[in-house]
Amino acid sequence: MTANPRTFILPVASALLIATATQVPAAGSEADFKTAYAMAEAANSQAGALRNQWTATAAALAAAKKAADNGDFDQAVAASREAEALARASIFQATSEKTLWKNLEIR
Amino acid sequence: MRPAIHLAPAVVALTILALAAPTSVALHAAAAAETVDPVADATAFRNYFTGKFPGLKLEDFVNGPYSMNADMRRQWQEIEQFPPYEFSLEMGKEMFAKPFKNGKGYADCLPNRGIGIRQNYPYFDGNEGKVVTLELALNRCREANGEAPFSYVKDEMAALTAYMAFTSRGKPFDIKIPDDPRALAAYQNGKRYFYTRRGQLNFSCASCHVQEPGERIRAEILAPALGILNAMPIYRSEWGGMGTVSRRFTTCNIQTRGVPLDPQDDDYRDLEYYLSYVSNGLPISGPGARP
Repeated sequence: MTANPRTFILPVASALLIATATQVPAAGSEADFKTAYAMAEAANSQAGALRNQWTATAAALAAAKKAADNGDFDQAVAASREAEALARASIFQATSEKTLWKNLEIR
Repeated sequence: MRPAIHLAPAVVALTILALAAPTSVALHAAAAAETVDPVADATAFRNYFTGKFPGLKLEDFVNGPYSMNADMRRQWQEIEQFPPYEFSLEMGKEMFAKPFKNGKGYADCLPNRGIGIRQNYPYFDGNEGKVVTLELALNRCREANGEAPFSYVKDEMAALTAYMAFTSRGKPFDIKIPDDPRALAAYQNGKRYFYTRRGQLNFSCASCHVQEPGERIRAEILAPALGILNAMPIYRSEWGGMGTVSRRFTTCNIQTRGVPLDPQDDDYRDLEYYLSYVSNGLPISGPGARP
């Protein structure tokens, strides 16, 4: 029997939660925003290469840009990090679904 | 503000979606899926749905949610007396008959001059090595005759395909998979797309239309995947207008919070090929109307 998707996803979700919970608080400089935004865009591009971008990621990126345009770099960094997390989740989904889709198939 | 608070949606999404992993469809060894057998697939597909809805006539599956709920069926039967797609159907008939600027028309591009052929689309084109849908064939006809292509998700394409579906009403889907490894690969790719979870909500096409047909998602009753394309294009009250197959696919992707592919992307063409093939034998009922 093929492994249940939960066995793959739950450890990653837990790891992500622990990792994010232990990160330093969002910094508020323009440079920090640019770094965080670039990382989010790179992850989202990787999801695009896998043909699996999420609209939620695009929305978070747009929110980050808007906050930066308004000079709110705390919010811009936070939204960028959210976008990166969403993009990484979509990459994980696309990668795991390369084999997991077969579990749903009617036989 | 702590980043964990901002990142929580992604984590929560993964966790919730993992917990929502399917249990109603039997799990099988992944290795077995490597054998591509469309005939066996179609038989299993049909058996799954007829087993799930033993009281339903096979041809009734093409009526989607109306076949699943008695109240909705009664409403639909009344709606069909003055169907909301009628304007589109008339528009499509006129468009189909109107010659291009060069004097030619759609009839010059299509088998049997375009009449009663909906059930044969999509087909696998051996020269191109790809699946050709009806929507794609119509736009290629336009471009070959010096006309601009229509949007795949707007009214003109819906009207044209509505008329063509109408001329095929009652004819069973007859999708062929030729003896060509590329055709088999396209079919398998369509199947892969159908069952692959995507979007932040972690839904596949099958999550709704295999696992939950007849159940409600918010106010709507989900249609079974068996026969789901036979009624296309459809007038949807939700859309306040007509929708093509392309519109249906892209909208489904968006509803799962996934970024849709371009209409008539190879994956969508293959998906249509797969879904149509497994509905072989069920009658064309389009154009249709849905809530």
